[in-house]
Formats: sequence, structure tokens, C-alpha cells
Amino acid sequence: MSRMQEAGQAVVKKAIALAPDSWIPGGRPDPLIHHKHGLIGAAVSRIDGPLKVSGQAQFCAEFPMERLTYAALQYSTIARGRIIEINTAAAEAAPGVVLVMTHRNAPKLKPAPPFMSQPKAAGPDDLPIMQDDRVHWNGQPVAIVLAETQEQADHAQSLIRVTYEQQNPVITLAAAKAKGTEPGLFMGEPLKQKIGDADAALAAAPHKVDVVYTTPRQNHSPIELHACTLAWDGDTLRVHDASQGVAHEAWTIAEVFGLKENQVRVTSPFVGGGFGSKLLWQHQIVAAAAAKLAGRPVRIMLSREGVFRIVGGRTLTEQRVALGAEADGQLDALIHTGVVAMTPHNNMPEPFILPAKSVYASKTFFLDVETVRMNMVANSFMRAPGEAVGTFGLESAMDELAVELGMDPIELRIRNEPEKDPLTGLPFSQRGIVQAWRDGAARFGWDKRSAKPASRREGDWLIGMGCATGTYPYYRLPGGAARLTITRDGRATVAIAAHEMGMGTVTVQAQVAAERLGLPLEQVQVLHGDNLHPGAVVAGGSQQTASIGASVIAAHSALVKELLKLAGNDSPLAGLGPDEVGGFEGGLCALEDESRREGYASILGRARREEVTVEAEAPMPLELQHWSMHSHSALFCEVRVNVVTGEVRVSRFLGSFDCGRILNAKTAASQFRGGIIMGLGLALMEEALFDERSGRIMNPSLAEYHVPVHLDVPEIDVIWTDEPDPHSPAGARGVGEIGITGVGAAVANAVFNATGKRVRDLPITLDKVM
Amino acid sequence: MTPFLYERPSDVGAALAAGARAGAQYLGGGTNLIDLMRETIEHPQLLVDVTGLSRDIEETQGGGLRIGAGVKNTAVAADRRVRERFPLLAQAILAGASAQIRNMATVGGNLMQRTRCIYFYDDAARCNKRTPGEGCDARDGFNRNHAVLGASQACVATHPSDMCVALAALDAVVTAKGRSGSREIPLTGFHRLPGDTPQVETALEPGELITAVTLPPNGVAARSHYRKVRDRASYAFALVSVAAGLEMDEGTIKDVRLALGGVAHKPWRAERAEAALRGRPATETAFRQAAEAELASAQALRDNSFKIELAKRVIADTLGKLAKASGAPQ
Repeated sequence: MSRMQEAGQAVVKKAIALAPDSWIPGGRPDPLIHHKHGLIGAAVSRIDGPLKVSGQAQFCAEFPMERLTYAALQYSTIARGRIIEINTAAAEAAPGVVLVMTHRNAPKLKPAPPFMSQPKAAGPDDLPIMQDDRVHWNGQPVAIVLAETQEQADHAQSLIRVTYEQQNPVITLAAAKAKGTEPGLFMGEPLKQKIGDADAALAAAPHKVDVVYTTPRQNHSPIELHACTLAWDGDTLRVHDASQGVAHEAWTIAEVFGLKENQVRVTSPFVGGGFGSKLLWQHQIVAAAAAKLAGRPVRIMLSREGVFRIVGGRTLTEQRVALGAEADGQLDALIHTGVVAMTPHNNMPEPFILPAKSVYASKTFFLDVETVRMNMVANSFMRAPGEAVGTFGLESAMDELAVELGMDPIELRIRNEPEKDPLTGLPFSQRGIVQAWRDGAARFGWDKRSAKPASRREGDWLIGMGCATGTYPYYRLPGGAARLTITRDGRATVAIAAHEMGMGTVTVQAQVAAERLGLPLEQVQVLHGDNLHPGAVVAGGSQQTASIGASVIAAHSALVKELLKLAGNDSPLAGLGPDEVGGFEGGLCALEDESRREGYASILGRARREEVTVEAEAPMPLELQHWSMHSHSALFCEVRVNVVTGEVRVSRFLGSFDCGRILNAKTAASQFRGGIIMGLGLALMEEALFDERSGRIMNPSLAEYHVPVHLDVPEIDVIWTDEPDPHSPAGARGVGEIGITGVGAAVANAVFNATGKRVRDLPITLDKVM
Repeated sequence: MTPFLYERPSDVGAALAAGARAGAQYLGGGTNLIDLMRETIEHPQLLVDVTGLSRDIEETQGGGLRIGAGVKNTAVAADRRVRERFPLLAQAILAGASAQIRNMATVGGNLMQRTRCIYFYDDAARCNKRTPGEGCDARDGFNRNHAVLGASQACVATHPSDMCVALAALDAVVTAKGRSGSREIPLTGFHRLPGDTPQVETALEPGELITAVTLPPNGVAARSHYRKVRDRASYAFALVSVAAGLEMDEGTIKDVRLALGGVAHKPWRAERAEAALRGRPATETAFRQAAEAELASAQALRDNSFKIELAKRVIADTLGKLAKASGAPQ
């Protein structure tokens, strides 16, 4: 337990002052981080849990509509070329069919602005959607059928016959590379950085590793298939979607159909897993276009194959990692370069160098992501894009260097701990990775590991331990805003266009808001998943917690000002400024004298108001300009490798996290564990089989595309430092993505320790180990 | 899915009458056929649901068992007589699929499973099974899961069943009924190698219905083991599986049964290895040599050469462990 926790436990309840409106040098931190408050960090069960286990939570493909039609998509079977003929006659004549739409009869649509190209853009790429006879990837939707039932739609779709003319697709990595590479550009910045002469430093270094790691394409497999239910009412469109960006989607759909943003309403109360995949893809747009043409509401739910065909996942990477070090382990050179594939029409260069930008000190750096273009479904964001696979290369190489140096791999990492951001020179806002390593090593029993590979065996099983660092940055994107309402019966409502994808956002934010306001959890409601709410808060980049947090702080500040105004001169609070009061037991009190107080109900009652509502925008994320803000994890893995077959079984796993203040011990632990489980899939089994003869993904089902099953997942232990970040809302940094980072390397390093075999190509299947 | 008719006859006679109609197919638990219909790989016009028929496990003379074709996989694996006399079969069934699927799947349906070749499942790819003569995209494509024994130019697919590998080792016999009567087909002759006609997968004649699988009493069954090697701990098809039974006389192999899964278009009874082992001392060398003999004709494709060595290792290891358990000197 940290000192901060111990100090906090003495204080059970205390008035909470207003949080600052931004985090800049010299400013004060959020008062919530000073003390351990009742609800902050508590293991509160998810508020939506009972709804979900009783089947009452309504997901997007469950909303009923009058005269609903059901959709099925026809996907292209070539990677690039033209549709010569598309025969829909049999489909149109099939029972129950309402409409068959192809490029020949689709309404005119503008391309969807791709994500990150504009503040609220949410499209996958800049391709026209069913507007012409061109095919750009194998799996592109070329027709949509609407019918009275799903079965009728599926059957009719199977009757469509398409003739194509294939035209020189680029579907082999070799051919793509032969056309030359371009530097990657991510969030407006080139993925290329140089400090000093890394090549010379590497050449001169007394110890070095210089190796290539490869990671395959991985597909999104959320349990809830991508779907939506939508209807037009005149010129306004109503969309029930599974979304991690309702405001972004509404804006982008409006662009596509030439509407005003407020003519599109997108809601998404529950999402059955997103992981970066639940933004706009072609299915929502094609369904909306077909609904317009048919004059009927549409439900579209992709098949699992459909998800593989039109929802892009993580692209392949080829990474060179070269490390040069002194005998004491200090890095002279850190080189992390390589190639990723994307499409001619998107811009998502899997930024695998991001971990290397901040994890270690080195005298020189050379980081570079080069891109090639292939005809394939637009690759996209998948849990910790960049970090998930970048840490596989970097952290495997650190393990190889430790072997080369004859040094304990944890010690090697600690010796390269930077004092400030190695590339920008900014101070770290908070950094407790060394503590995380020490806590984790003690708990895992790292001292029992033999550095000599293949030295521990039980029966047919070789046993090994490996470790790796995980890391993910703190982000807070502009666009946060919230509405805060307090009613005469002392209840508060936060409304924000943010998202609950199962990770516990609503619960955690209710906890935080309740603490600020001095209300019990039951009296705070968080409304979300509706683009009519304020803000444009994407549930991505693990930044939603910070973004909502900053928005609620801004709204809380406005609310307190308004309440003090209403309280007037007859209140015990009279004369106090907003900075002199705090939320306390159902109302406000003077920070200096908690007996000087008035309840919210009393203030509103005297003012004869039923409710007070304020709306405010979060400040710009200036904290990111003053501090280098990163979360870390120290990961420990024990594997058993069968000497006969090479089967790898992970038998123990520990994640020791340093992510600022943990806001809810239960939901955070689930995020960490879920990320680690996804990382076990990345390490051991996930691979989309992209056939380089056809450009087609050949295993578009969960029978053939393997993710871990229960028996693959050992008990996973998670601990955290719980040191608050003084420069973030509530002292927290996001916890959604860091769990997956580093896991691939931790497993690979454990396999090396168990067997002496170094696998540099994911996934680590038994044929690579036996 | 293409629309179809559905009937659920109340006896075998009615089932055979229905099964003789054009485009009819028998439906067991549907855990494979319904998937194939959804993928528009299969288009039956009539489904004849036979899950209500042949649902008993009966004793036969001498301690054998006759398992009705409609018995659920779960029920077979849970049957006390099966577990005591033919533990190999129970192990193999429990190594397959998931509990939910085993609860649905029938013995007859398990025998009729079709390959999980990913090119067979994708009608955008060429497949001689789906469209005879059009070619095979698996041969030069992703074929890590494909056959190393008995494959042909036309087809390199594998049979996916675990249960059938155990049945092959146990000398099981399939009873099939047609309109002209009943016949017995040894399990090892029930599934076919692909040759030039990979679309013909079994010895069944059109309209014939499996009614039972008989397990004869067997000296090796008591000391037997099913070892399945796959890409994750559960719910994956075998890369290689071995069903082995051993009967020892002091340190000598009196009798042996060996069958392989995941390596061929059919459950592969390893007759060469068996012949090499009968009457020989049970040594590591003998087991490895027998495995080498069985895999001598193996041919690797682009992605599956590891299967050949893997099969050899798992054969030798499984037999070695059985011999050791019997107390034979190593």
C-alpha cells in the first residue's frame, strides 16, 4: 500500500473543493487526489450489471421499429478492379425482398471523411460508398438486400451473381514494398525521429542486438457483431448504433448525406465490446441509403464473416529493433524501424514506435515507421494501436540484450529508466514503473527464475518465466463538454456524449461526480451514448476517463457558481466564493468550516427552482504540453512448454500497473485482465490469414481465427501502485488499453526462458517452438 | 441459407422413405450441416431429422457395445460402460468441440462431418469438393491444418472428427440401413481418401442411414489413450491426434491399435506401425521406428511439414506412456 493510500484512509469524509480548470505548471492539482475518498478507488460493481445479466440492456440490434426490414450484404470476391455485371434479378424476385441496392441505384453520397482528418470525422477511409463499379478490396460491399426477415435477406443475397474484371491489385507485401515506402504520419506528426547518430553508436557499442520481429494482421472480434437499427423521418435520420463515437458518427453521416449535424441522431446506450472497431464502417451508410431508397427502417447486423470483410483490424508489422549497450546495460543506441501496411485510401500507419519514444533513456535514437499500400480492408485502431505490437519488438529485444549482457532483464530495464522524457525533455507527470517492477517481482517470485534457459522441467513440461514492460500514453482530446443538472430532491445528472462499452465508464464517472458533489452514488446518474448530449468524446486512446473528468470539472465549477448565486445572502454560504466551498453531504459547505453549509435541496427550495442545469466545455489539454504523461506496467509471465509437442500454456501471469489513481478497483482490474487476455491471444494465436493470391481473408470465423478460450487463460493477478498523477483529472490515467501492451513480449520471453528458443514472429504457435 | 423442407419421421422406415426423396439429407444435431447451409455450401431441399431415432446404447455379446446413431456425443462420453471398457472413445469425444456442441451432436452426425478446410468453406475459392473439377486453392494456399497422408492432387483436406479416430482404433463397425436392407461397414472403410473424387467422402449409398456404431470387445481398449495436439487448449481441431491402445505380455507388445487424426482425409488407422510393433519388445526405439514407418509416405505441403515430425513424436510418446503405465521395462 502506498503512503498516499495510508494517509487517505484516516480521512473518511471531507468537503471537496472545486478542481482547477486546467493543469499547468504552478497550478494546483485536483483536490480529489489528495485523499482517499469513500467512492474513489472503491470496488463498485457496474451500475449496468443487473440490466445486462437479466437481459434488459437493449443493444442496437434489439430496438423494435414499425415496418422494419432486415439487411444482408454482398461482398466482393476480388481485391481490385471493376464490376462488369451484377445480376440481381433472382434476388429481387426472391420471397420477402423489399429492395436490392447496388451502385446502379444507390442515392448519391459523399465519401465519409476519414477518422482524424477533421475533428468529428469517423470514416474508415475516403472511398466512395457504393457509388461506382470500382472494387478496392476483397470483401467490399457491392450490394445490399432488404427483406421482411433476416432469413429472406440472407437467401436473396446468396442469389446475387457478380462478374468482375480484376485490375492489378497490390496484395503481396513484397509487391507493395517494391513500389517503395512512405513515412507514416500519425495524429499530424511524422512517425520518424532521430537523436544523435544511432547507426554509429550501434556500431561502436560493445554489446548489441539487431533483429527483426514480425506481427500478423489481427481482426476485431467483439462479442457483439457490428450492427445498427435506423429509420428516416423525412430528412432526419435516427440511428441506434453500437458506437464508441456517437457525436463523430452523427457528424460524419450528416456529411455523407448532405445533412446538418442536428438532422442525425445517433444513440448507443450499450456496446458489446469496441476495442477501437465500433466507429463508422460502410454498413451504417449503406443501410441508411437503402432505408432512404426503400422508405422503410432497416436493421443491419453483420455476420461474423462480415466483420472480417468490412471492419478493419490491426495491420501487419515488420520491425527492426537494434539496441547497443555498454557493459553496465546503459543504452547507447535505440533503433526501432520498420514497415506497416495500410491501404491507398486510409491513413493508419500502425505506430509501433510509440513505446520506444518514452520508455528508455538512450544516448541516441532512430525511430521510423514506413508505410506501404495494399488492397485490403482499411486497417484501423485495435486496442493499443502501436503499443500492443511495438512492445513485442522492443521488449523482446530488451530481453535478448539482457541475455547478451548476462544481466537480469528487470535490472536492465531499471538501469535505463529515464529521468525526463528522452525525446522531448519534458518532465514526467508521474512515473512509478520502478516501483511497479519491484512490487511485481516480489509478488511473482521472480527470484526463483533461473536465467539459464531450459533449466526447469516438470514431467513433459519445460517451465520458464519472462517479463516485459507495457506502456500507454495519457491522452485527452479536445471536444469534451458536459451538462450537469441538480434537482430539488438532491439528485444530480451528468449528460455527456461519451460511451459505455462494458468497461464501467458510467459507474466510474458516477463515483467521481458523486464525490465532487458530496452525494451518495445512488443519487447521481450519468447519461451517455447520445449525440444530443454535449461534447464529442470518442471512447478511444484510453482518454475517455480524462475527457469526461475534465468536462465534469468544468460543469461542476459552473454549477457551484450558479448555486452560490441562488443561495444569496440568506444562506450560511453567503459571502463565500466558489473556491471557498466544497461538496459535502448533499450540499455545499465552507472549506474552512464544514458546519457552515446548505443542502442542494434547501438552496433550490429557497430559490423556488426545480432544478439547476449548467453546461460547460473542458479546457484544452494543456497538461500534455507541459508534461510527458505515460502509464506503465511490469508484466510477469510463467509458461509451460511441452517437450514433445511444443504446445505453450501460460500458467501464471501478473500485471503490476502504474496508471495514476485507480478510480474503481473492480472495473480497472477487469480492464487490466481483459487487456492481458487479449494480449495472450496476440502472443499465441491471433492471425488473420490474408491469402496473397486473392487478397482475401481466409479464416473469417471464430472457429478458425483463434482467440483464447477459458482453458487458455490462467488466473491473472493484477496490482497497481495507485500513485495519483498530479496533472490529470482525479489523478487518473486511462486503463483501457495498457493491459494488452507488453504481453506478447512477456510470453515470448518466457518461452525463451523455458526452451532457449527465441520466437520473433507472432503468433507463437507450436510449430515454431517444437 | 436456401429455403428447405423439414420432416421428423417417427421410425427408421419412414426416415428411409423420406431420405430417398430428391435433395434430401439426414439431420443429426446440425452442428456442422446447419453451418454449411448458412454458408451456402450445402443446399438440401429436405432435411430429415433423425435425432429422435436410434437413441440407445446396448450390450452386445462378449462385452461389446452397440451405440445408436442418434445418441448424443455427451451421452456416449458419460456412459459408464463406455468409460470403463472404451475409455479411449470417451476421451476422444471430450477432446472435441465444446460442451454445448457435444450436447447437440449425434454419433451418426459426427461420422458425417465434413472437412473444415477454409477453402471448402469459402465459395469465392476453388474447391474440388464443392465443385468437382474446378481445382483446389488449398494445395498452394494456407494449408497448415491440411493432410500429410493419403492426399491427392484434387484434395488435401483433413477429416475433423476426434470421435472417429478413436472408433478407427477400436475396430468399430458402422451399421447402415437402406431401402434394400442393412449392412455393416468397418469404420476404417467408412471414410474415403480423396483420390479424384473428393466430393465422395463416405461409403454410404444415397439414401442410406447410419443407425448404429458397434464396438467389439477388445483386448487393447482398457489400456488406451487419446492425445490431441492443437493450437489452443480447447475448442480447436486437431493438428495431430493419436488414438492408441496397447496390450502387453511382460515386456512384449501382444497387440496394439493406433489411429491418427488431423493428418488425412479420413481417420488414419496406422496399420504399418501396428504391424511393426506386434510381438516386439516395447522400447522407445521400437515406437519411434514404428512411427517413422507409418509416416514414411507422408508428403508435406507449404505450411504443414511440422505435422510429420509432430505425428511421429506424439505416436512414440503416447505408446511409450502406455507401455510405461503397464509396467513394461523401457
